[in-house]
Amino acid sequence: MRGFLGVDVGSVSTNLVVIDEYGSVISLIYRRTQGQPISAVQQGLKELQKDLTPDIKIAGVGTTGSARYLSGVIVGADIVKNEITAHAIAASHVAPQVRTVLEIGGQDSKIILLRDGIVVDFAMNTVCAAGTGSFLDHQAARLGIPIEEFGSYALNATVPCQIAGRCSVFAESDMIHKQQMGYRMEDIIYGLCQALVRNYLNNLAKGKDLSSPIVFQGGVAANAGMKRAFEEALQMEIVIPEHYHVMGAIGAALLAKGTVRNGETRFKGFSVSSIDYRTRSFHCKGCENNCEIVKIQVDGKTLACWGGRCGKWEVQNPEEADLLVQASTTSSVM
Amino acid sequence: MRATFPHMGKLDMVMSDLFDRTGIGYIVPPRTTTKTLQLGVRYAPEFACLPLKVTIGNFIEALEAGADTLLMAGGVGPCRFGYYAQIQECVIKEAGYDFDMIILEPPGAGYRLFINTLKKLAPGKSILEIWQIIKIGFGKARVLDELEKYALKYRAYEVKRGDTTKAYKRALEIMRPAITADEIAQAREEAFLVLEAVEKDMQRPCLKMGIIGEFYVLLEPFVNFDIEEYLGNMGVSLERSVYLTDWIGPSKENPIMGISDKEVAQAAKPYLNHFVGGEGLPSVGHTVIYAKEGFDGVLHLFPFTCMPDIIAKSILPQISRDFDLPTLSLVIDEQTGKAGVITRLEAFIDLLANKRKQKEFGKSPVLVG
Repeated sequence: MRGFLGVDVGSVSTNLVVIDEYGSVISLIYRRTQGQPISAVQQGLKELQKDLTPDIKIAGVGTTGSARYLSGVIVGADIVKNEITAHAIAASHVAPQVRTVLEIGGQDSKIILLRDGIVVDFAMNTVCAAGTGSFLDHQAARLGIPIEEFGSYALNATVPCQIAGRCSVFAESDMIHKQQMGYRMEDIIYGLCQALVRNYLNNLAKGKDLSSPIVFQGGVAANAGMKRAFEEALQMEIVIPEHYHVMGAIGAALLAKGTVRNGETRFKGFSVSSIDYRTRSFHCKGCENNCEIVKIQVDGKTLACWGGRCGKWEVQNPEEADLLVQASTTSSVM
Repeated sequence: MRATFPHMGKLDMVMSDLFDRTGIGYIVPPRTTTKTLQLGVRYAPEFACLPLKVTIGNFIEALEAGADTLLMAGGVGPCRFGYYAQIQECVIKEAGYDFDMIILEPPGAGYRLFINTLKKLAPGKSILEIWQIIKIGFGKARVLDELEKYALKYRAYEVKRGDTTKAYKRALEIMRPAITADEIAQAREEAFLVLEAVEKDMQRPCLKMGIIGEFYVLLEPFVNFDIEEYLGNMGVSLERSVYLTDWIGPSKENPIMGISDKEVAQAAKPYLNHFVGGEGLPSVGHTVIYAKEGFDGVLHLFPFTCMPDIIAKSILPQISRDFDLPTLSLVIDEQTGKAGVITRLEAFIDLLANKRKQKEFGKSPVLVG
């Protein structure tokens, strides 16, 4: 049977999903990136290989997330796609009528508006990351509550506290203040959810027409308090898809399925999980900009580079990249 | 006198040309780099907009290279740009540099002041001579803009990536030595031949995008991450709301590079019916015009804390709904990362491409990247 692999490497989690020909999830892996995208992908692939039955053959691969180019080189992606498009495609796959997608991940949040199955508008947080998964993680740890239980605490609130939500640092001081005043933990936690929803709607949804059906996805959708706060703020029902936490990877897998069709996949196989990839960075001396260029190498051979302003390092295939790096080394401009 | 000026796109070429004509000594500041930006960020107030930071960096680097007179444009609008020259003078003097500052206020700030400043910049020249220099220099600058406009529109269609950029650079070099009106006309023809010789595939289904927003961020490729070249390479044909000569040559009635101020104000009227400083009104007007001309989308760029374009940003969603025209606003400052900009642009291009496909093939949802 043919399966399509989607890989979403984000700031906090690395997700791998295999879907079948109909777009149903066969297997999924959700793990922490921990600042090491390459080994996260490799470990993820190992786990995935154990989980899959031998009759499934990977017929296409898509990568997305902030490390989409890096992971694309490692697994051999047929398509590399930004996370906004990937999330939109996954949402309209599970809920074909969807008109609004709320997505909150580890360090970014987005809103995507769709009409008749296509994206018509989107926004992604720019100047502020208050209200994203990292912050909730941090607060849960500070309060000594497992992040998984954060939501159920919020649902037990009776009189939610008003928490300052414009800035996460001030939100934290406000929470500490409320704790020291003696407010109930449940009320503080739900107050925080409300503050984060206000922040999200002010930052991303200003001037946009949020209409139902609304799908809420991304890691933060696990928090039932956030769902309730969104429903109260918008006065609309919110749907959380079954695989809300790996929607980016599902989108990437769907894109791979659409790209490859009957052609050959560039997937390098599960064996890449044991290859020793090394990344090195150096300053390009091509001009005064001194751009920091990253190269990915295996056995001293360069597979890809990126990071410059001018785009000269971002070449299409590994052979070119290797020649480029060799040329700059031999002429000792590195 | 060794005059200098800030960088802004092709401004260095235009200014060098003018100084050569008036016979003043000048220094072109070193190319804008991350070092320039760091210098500017160190000395400029934190909440000033990016143009002030980068231009302070340009001035300091030019002073280090031996310049002694800074030339900066003034302004009278509600936009803070109007007093940036005075701030630059304070900030750079406080940083320990010694120099003269010449502020070229627009004629609107007083005609006599304008004439006197011009006389300082062209010592020993009569008003008539100065007028002729401006006229011919401006005419040449306009040709440079025409070449740029051509490159923006056709880069998306080039068969071999990078050819248009190379041809455009060569075209500018052809223009550089032209002095007399005849030479300019002849160089213009040659320069266009070079651009037109780039092999193009006009059957390619390219998207058509308008770029609007604050002039400095639009005109200076260093601060906008060479966004136009990036979009061209992604197969997007571009039209821009402001070119250098639109900005240098104040003209209410006559179109300079395309659309006149009057026409823009007229188009903006249902949404915004008065000047709000900077490019607030033009940003709104151009969006409406591009919508009516059937563009696929509009990209809006402005520096962080830019008041006039914040006004435009809050109006764009309404125009977007009325005309079913997708718009994307990006705020740029020294904290902006290129990766974030690219992610949003990729998604915006997907959006526009899918929308066009839907228009062409009817209402069935399409799963394409």
